[in-house]
Order: sequence, then C-alpha cells, then structure tokens
Amino acid sequence: MIWQFDLIILGLLIVAAVLSLRSTDLLSATMIFGVYSFLMCLLWAEMAAVDVAFTEAAVGAGASTMFLVSTVYNTTRKSSD
Amino acid sequence: MKTLGAIAVIITGALLLYASEDFPSWGDPHSPANQYRVSSHYVQNSFGETSVPNMVTAILADYRGYDTLFETVVIFTAGIAIIAILRGPIDKRVRLRLASERKMRETNLILAQTSRILVPVIQLFALYVIAHGHHSPGGGFQGGVIFGASLILLALSFQLQTALDRVSEKKAVTLAAIGILIYAGIGFVCLLAGGNFLDYSALQVLMPVGAIEARSHGILGVEIGVAFTVAAIMFAIYANLSSHGRMKGGL
Repeated sequence: MIWQFDLIILGLLIVAAVLSLRSTDLLSATMIFGVYSFLMCLLWAEMAAVDVAFTEAAVGAGASTMFLVSTVYNTTRKSSD
Repeated sequence: MKTLGAIAVIITGALLLYASEDFPSWGDPHSPANQYRVSSHYVQNSFGETSVPNMVTAILADYRGYDTLFETVVIFTAGIAIIAILRGPIDKRVRLRLASERKMRETNLILAQTSRILVPVIQLFALYVIAHGHHSPGGGFQGGVIFGASLILLALSFQLQTALDRVSEKKAVTLAAIGILIYAGIGFVCLLAGGNFLDYSALQVLMPVGAIEARSHGILGVEIGVAFTVAAIMFAIYANLSSHGRMKGGL
C-alpha cells in the first residue's frame, strides 16, 4: 500500500462523488458515477483485493453504467432537483 | 430542510470517522478477524483441501457454495423483476415518443467494423476468465458480466435487433435458468453420490480423480453455471431497459 497513491485516489473519489450528486444533467452524472466506480476499482486493486477490483471494473464501471445510460435515455435527461 | 440534511450528514460522517479510529489497521495480523481460527484455516488449508490456488474462488464456490448459489438466484430474480416491470402497461406519453422515434438508426461503419473485430476477442477473454478463475482473479461472475457486455456492445454498435438475432430474449432467460439448474444440479448430484449438498468431494465416484481434484472440478462446474446466468441476465436487462421492454429500436 502506497499512501501517496491512496491519497490521490481518495481525493478524486470524493470529488467524483460530490460532482455526480450535484450534476443536474443525469447523463453526465451517470458518466461521473462510472468514473467513481473505476476509481473504487483502483482502490480495491491497490489494497490487494484483486478479485473485488475485477468485479468492480466489470460490474460497476461497465455494466451498471450502461444500464444507467439506457435508463436516462428512456426517461428524462434533466434532473428537477 | 436542506441545511438540516447537511447537518445530519456532517454529524453522521464525523461519528463514522471517529468510530473508524477503533478499527484494526490495514492488514493487521493481530486483528480479531485474522486471529479467529476460520480465516487461518482457509489460509493454511484451502489449497491442500481443494487444490485451487486462488483462495477467493475456493471460498466463494466451495466453502460458501450455498451462499453463492443464492447470490446467483438473486441476480436471476432481479432480471426477471426488471422484465416483469417493463412489460407492464406503458405510459401514453412514452408510447407517443417511442412511436415518433421509431425510425431506424444508421449503423456507423467505423463502430460496426471495430466491434466486429472486438466482440470475439472479448468473448474469448470472458471464457478465459471463467475457466481460469481457479488460478487467477476472476470466475463466473466476472466472466459472465464480460460475456454479457460483449453482447451489449454488439447491440450498441449495430442495432438491438442484431444482438437479439443471436440471443433472443426468450433464449437469454432460458439460459439464465439453465445456469441455476447447472449449479443446483451439481449440488444434487453430490447428494446422489452420497455426500452433502454441494460437497464436491463426493463427485469422485463419477470422475477418474481423487476427492481433492473432484472439489476443484466441482468448482469449475458451478462457475460455469454462474457465468450462464450472469451473462444472460445482463443482456436481458440491457435489452429491456434500452427498449422500454418492447425489444424494438434500442439506443
């Protein structure tokens, strides 16, 4: 575990989480959520939990982002709050 | 209301940070979780008992096989629930919008040709991840998701219909059910062979290998079942979400 690397990922993780919550454009919120998942995957890999990191990369950053994009496409793109 | 929520979030966050002080430090060999005999048993004996080098796979599919069986059932149920919800009566506004957007999207030449090359490679890699889960990170869940993602890529870069021609929704749900059948079936074969449910060492009477090797092969069998279910359900969920459960148009 390299603490400098951890710190950078953790900082970006918080930025991504806040941006994804604050964005009113749901498509960009979804994309930032994908970035969040990928950073989470990096963090798992960094903590030597490679299996969890693999799952996070495949499910979190890949499939669930795709599901959210297709849901946004079929509902509304602008958030009301 | 908003400030009240912010105050509640800040107080909860501060409490959580305060409580995390009491956690054992990362990778501490003297933490309670590492000192309890169960984890040391897995670390010391899992390779000797199952001949699977990847401890995570051994625990997931063998020691806690019952747990993983119902995790797979959860994924199956989630997919069925999404299909059931989206197939219901459709909102009038949505129907009008769907009718107006029903014109065929053009297939982009570069996207189509790239994914034509890429999809077989992704599928081969997915099969490798499933089959090599014993020795490297991966297994049924990850490989299944990657395989489902290759079908989703096909639907994205061509039409949804292109992917549905290869795996129709009916076929996908059937494959998902077959995956669970494989998993639970291996458990029942263990029962018939004289062991406990999902006790793969009982399979040695059916295979020309010893009890330890039989556990390794049993793990491979259930991983294949998991991969069937996950891959098929991933594609079925995408096909339904992207087309409002109508299986036409898509993204």
